[in-house]
Amino acid sequence: MKLISMKAHELHELIKKKEIKAEEIAKEHIERINEADKKINAFITFKPEEIIENAKKIDKYIADGGEVKNFTGIPIAIKDNICIKDVNTTCASKILADYSSVYDATVINKLNKHNYLLLGKANMDEFAMGSSNENSAFGPVKNPWDLERVPGGSSGGPAASVASFEAVCSLGSDTGGSIRMPASLCGVVGFKPTYGRVSRYGLVAFASSLDQIGPFGRDVTDCINLYDVISGHDEFDSTSLDMKDIKDYGYKHGQDIKGMKVGVPKELMVKEIDSEVKASILDTIKILEKNGADVEETTLPSIEYALSVYYIIAPSEASSNLSRFDGVRYGYRDKDAQGLREMYRKTRAAGFGPEVKRRIMIGTYCLSSGYYDAYYEKAQKIRTLIIDDFKKAFSKYDILVGPTSPTTAFKLGERMDDLLLMYLSDICTIPVNLAGIPAISIPCGLSSGKLPIGFQIMADTLREDNIFKAAHFLESEINWKITPKI
Amino acid sequence: MEDNTENLDNLSNAESAGKADERFETIIGLETHVELSTKTKMFCGCRLSFGEKPNSNTCPVCLGHPGSLPVVNKKAVEYAMKIALALNCRINEYTIFHRKNYFYPDMTKNYQISQFDIPIGVGGFVDVNMGDYVRRVGITRVHMEEDAGKLVHSGTTGRISEADYSIGDFNRAGTPLIEIVTEPEIKSPLEAKQYMITLRNILLYLDVSDCSMEEGSLRCDANISVKLKGSDKLGTRAEIKNLNSFKFIQKALEYEVGRQISLINSGKKVIQQTRHYDDKTQSTKALRSKEEAHDYRYFPDPDLVPININESWIKEVRDSIPELPNQKEQRYNDKFGLSDYDSSLLASDFEISCYFEKALASYDSNAKGICNWLMGDFSAFLNKDQISINESKIKPEHLAGLVKLIDDGKISSKIAKSVFEEMYLKGTDPNEIIKEKGLEQISDEHELESIIKEVINNNPDAVNQYKSGKVKAIGFLVGQVMQKTKGKANPTLVNEIIIKKLS
Repeated sequence: MKLISMKAHELHELIKKKEIKAEEIAKEHIERINEADKKINAFITFKPEEIIENAKKIDKYIADGGEVKNFTGIPIAIKDNICIKDVNTTCASKILADYSSVYDATVINKLNKHNYLLLGKANMDEFAMGSSNENSAFGPVKNPWDLERVPGGSSGGPAASVASFEAVCSLGSDTGGSIRMPASLCGVVGFKPTYGRVSRYGLVAFASSLDQIGPFGRDVTDCINLYDVISGHDEFDSTSLDMKDIKDYGYKHGQDIKGMKVGVPKELMVKEIDSEVKASILDTIKILEKNGADVEETTLPSIEYALSVYYIIAPSEASSNLSRFDGVRYGYRDKDAQGLREMYRKTRAAGFGPEVKRRIMIGTYCLSSGYYDAYYEKAQKIRTLIIDDFKKAFSKYDILVGPTSPTTAFKLGERMDDLLLMYLSDICTIPVNLAGIPAISIPCGLSSGKLPIGFQIMADTLREDNIFKAAHFLESEINWKITPKI
Repeated sequence: MEDNTENLDNLSNAESAGKADERFETIIGLETHVELSTKTKMFCGCRLSFGEKPNSNTCPVCLGHPGSLPVVNKKAVEYAMKIALALNCRINEYTIFHRKNYFYPDMTKNYQISQFDIPIGVGGFVDVNMGDYVRRVGITRVHMEEDAGKLVHSGTTGRISEADYSIGDFNRAGTPLIEIVTEPEIKSPLEAKQYMITLRNILLYLDVSDCSMEEGSLRCDANISVKLKGSDKLGTRAEIKNLNSFKFIQKALEYEVGRQISLINSGKKVIQQTRHYDDKTQSTKALRSKEEAHDYRYFPDPDLVPININESWIKEVRDSIPELPNQKEQRYNDKFGLSDYDSSLLASDFEISCYFEKALASYDSNAKGICNWLMGDFSAFLNKDQISINESKIKPEHLAGLVKLIDDGKISSKIAKSVFEEMYLKGTDPNEIIKEKGLEQISDEHELESIIKEVINNNPDAVNQYKSGKVKAIGFLVGQVMQKTKGKANPTLVNEIIIKKLS
């Protein structure tokens, strides 16, 4: 078996037994990236010499008797909005094209303790704003299943690199579906934890109340293991949950799903849903039913407003979060500008792409005096209703299930002129972020056009254990072995 | 802008500004910023510093690097609670931070983390002693925020608009700031100044800030308007910035009262605007009118969680508040029997009251005596040199020693004055001074008797006058003894011995 086709937990066993070296794994992945990434464009920063050098260091560490943890020597791609000291963090934007981070994000600190192998910084939609990875200053990422199609966004690079065997695992960020949606379109597993489970320190903020870092992998086990490494309380993030006072349900592999209560919110089977997607989702639900889960249709009445609420709250927070990119202290600055105002204006006009500018303008408008009450405040109230809907549902069900994306991967450029259609891509994932609950997307089938379909499993706040149980079970039942041709 | 609203921007001469017009009354509200003296910044672990190498106390958080997040400094919250409680405010048990959005290069994130509609303290008051009356000034709110960095602009004017480049020092960025906002209840520039003195004193007592106005750790802006006496309608207000000394507060506001009254008297309107006080011209200048004011787009900071303050935390902080000026005044009255006047003067200056108590710690039998020195000669010397009591060379225990020397009859009050001068100049222990210079009072009867005998023998005229009933002649004899002893003889004792000898 080629090393690049192996999962992290499989490689880990070999490394632990000293049957392979980190350097061999690294070399094979570098080779793969050199060959495939010309077409995929999943990486913004990729430095083969440094990877080899670091792999050698890890091998020496192991040879010297260092502990081999789950991700020791495992090549991982990191979305380019997560800070790594002395490595560029571009957020796929011209305004940060040459910006080198001055510190490590908390998730990177945690991975460093495992002696993971950084493979590179993965491409994305600029500042994580987008659903197709077409809004990147470094060019779009292509879907490994069909190079004329998008990988989904905004974590297109992290998803496509794992789907195309360039990376074993990756880290992405999910604000409105940015992990689950590309995972669905690329046929990999992508997981968004409960808000506050994973520290946001070092994640360049898009919408602070919604952002959450999470893992991509080619199976559920890799995602769980990676999540275990990156999660936990962090004193540098005030919104990080202190588990001292919270019951941790934990998770044990190999439980069956008999008696599990499963709700299928009818609102997630949106009218825009593709018939093939719908059929595949219903088939997957049948697997649950057949194996003893109690499945019934349910309702989340308020999530009809989720998309509207999201497109007020996320841009509002973003308009403030992105104001620090002004050319004063770091990043791109227009050199010819005369005076302060012009420097701000020209720097930001040239530094940001059109989607980012659009959202900054929407957000600025929503927060303006005279409009705040009508937009931002009202959106917050509806967000509370959405949270209540989920609470009510989870008082009855262990998990809620449905599609991750209403459609399979669409063609590059297809939705760039129809923004409402583009925004609709996230209609099934956005409610989860608004409620702060965890959700996973796992591959559940292929369309007739040989494009992957993703199945979404949601659980109550902090009940990741229920998600993992169902996802693990479905994964073994579906026995997903299909891979993209590239 | 209509003609009649034309802005009488600067009065032709400042004199006409100072003139009070009895028909008008003045209404002032003050917003005071206090830099706290916590060890670290408001939202990161950087050390607070002043005058250190630029940007030496910075980190990704206070520099606003991408991905960094704020974490609230608990000590700063406690200091804020202390201030709010000392100003008789109610503590909001649920308080949150907002973002105040505006672009300026001294703000590293281009928003300031501040408080908006749920500040930590609301609805308090401060009693300001005006001598013949007390003005109770309502405190609208006490809120927490972070300070900005400092910019230095190239070029001769020091203005950003005329600079080729500017350099930033972000050591101050993120310093915890408290804003204290009063109700518009201050009725004169003098009351405004007195309010600031009172507030500063309370803050010094609380030990939450060094309150240095020169270093900018205490600064204030004033909202001021005038209206015809008896009128219900408030006048249009102007906001005066840059009031960074007690003197400026009074001067700027006096100028502004005159300017606004002159405008109204000449049929013009006062425009709502922000003005800047310039001490060189002793006048205020318009910065920008409120119409162009920023829309700060306040919204709750999603990076921070609400602070929940429970009863026991409030109690803990309340218990840590030291004796405040008005309580101290009462204690001086009750325990040391000082007059209202003395007690109030001592307590109204934090540094002097500390000094007073340190002196009492080494000699507590004559509080009034120590107080007299502090209020009398000592104050005069300090005023002359324009220094504070902590900058003087005299140690509290030495001042106490001086009073004790007088009380023990070791030196006369007259000698004490020259000893004090020596102490003030060199900081020497008074006991050493009198020893070194041989100034100790002669109270030894044997020693005095021989001198007195000599004086009586040498002055038969005076002796006869006394014996014939001219009691006053004794003063001459005592004076002779004092002269012979170079002032060191104990005059009371000399008096007694002469009377005994002549009777």
